[in-house]
Amino acid sequence: MNKIENQKAWFFVLPVLALVAFNAIIPLMTVVNYSVQETFGDNTFFWAGVMWFEQVLTSERFHASLGRQMIFTFSILAIEIPLGVLIALTMPRKGPWVPVCLVLMALPLLIPWNVVGAMWNIFALPDIGLLGRTLNAIGFDYNFTRQPGDAWFTMILMDVWHWTSLVVLLAYAGLVSIPDAYYQAAKIDGAKPLAIFRYIQLPKMKRVLTIAILLRFMDSFMIYTEPFVLTGGGPGNSTTLLSIDLVKIALGQFDLGPAAAMSLIYFLIILAMSWVFYTVMMRNEAN
Amino acid sequence: MGLSWMAWTWPTAAFFIFVALCILTMGVWEYLSPGGGPRHGILGLETTRGDRLFISLLGSAFIFLAWLGLMGTPLWAPLAIAIVYGIVVFRFV
Repeated sequence: MNKIENQKAWFFVLPVLALVAFNAIIPLMTVVNYSVQETFGDNTFFWAGVMWFEQVLTSERFHASLGRQMIFTFSILAIEIPLGVLIALTMPRKGPWVPVCLVLMALPLLIPWNVVGAMWNIFALPDIGLLGRTLNAIGFDYNFTRQPGDAWFTMILMDVWHWTSLVVLLAYAGLVSIPDAYYQAAKIDGAKPLAIFRYIQLPKMKRVLTIAILLRFMDSFMIYTEPFVLTGGGPGNSTTLLSIDLVKIALGQFDLGPAAAMSLIYFLIILAMSWVFYTVMMRNEAN
Repeated sequence: MGLSWMAWTWPTAAFFIFVALCILTMGVWEYLSPGGGPRHGILGLETTRGDRLFISLLGSAFIFLAWLGLMGTPLWAPLAIAIVYGIVVFRFV
């Protein structure tokens, strides 16, 4: 049979291409243009070469916020992934409690990011917040607006509260897709719960867990609203993550050149790390 | 509305023309020899020509950034390293 050559479908892709060009490619090109120039407003630009890139790469401030960003991202991954799997394992897989559990789990995901930040800000205030007052009442010297350690504790707790559900739902989807026959076979072989988890549940969840890690990595690496509303990057600079620092440089100081250079470096880091995760995922798949 | 808000410069325009030419070359290459030339390289995963271009460009960006951060300007040396790196990626990955 002869295959009919028909390339008309390409025209249907054009609107998407135009949209992506309009909202992603052209702005990104503009950022690249800004990153090699200096401007004092009024649409006047002066050539600066790679000066801003050099400045950002050697700046203590950038290293510090990148370091904080890494600590934040890997802390929440280290907590949310195991915790999410644990909760998914304890959730019922049949019966009337399934929808109840699912709705409860989905609730935090439905709350807008700035509302989560505001909620936790009030919740954790040492004088009027429920969490803050309780911690102080039982003897902890807790004040997230003054002590960096407390600010970090609150910020991580907030992210765990907001996003563990996503990991739970993904892991749960992986778990319910395992046919009963696997468990019956394991029972016949006399497998212990740990062995069932290691050899049946975990391999079956691997795919969804990789997606969960990738999503949580990208989201937490770009996080802005929640920590900004909670702490505003403080006390001092102790919770100033990369995006908060970037906004400070771009909109606070109006240093568009350095901000553009920093955005590009930030973008390249996310691109590279996402590629590594994706590659590892594909490699496991192939094996 | 002109394009002045995009603040174009010749070097950045040249950079984008280079990237566009790379993609165009890939298109022509694909037309001449379809299939993308998939193979298992030293990374142990299947890559096509497009993957290799992506790995070359992304890796080159990091070579330039690392050089700029550690050694500063001029950037001829990282350019040479990036070209060698690109050839290695297209040959072995």
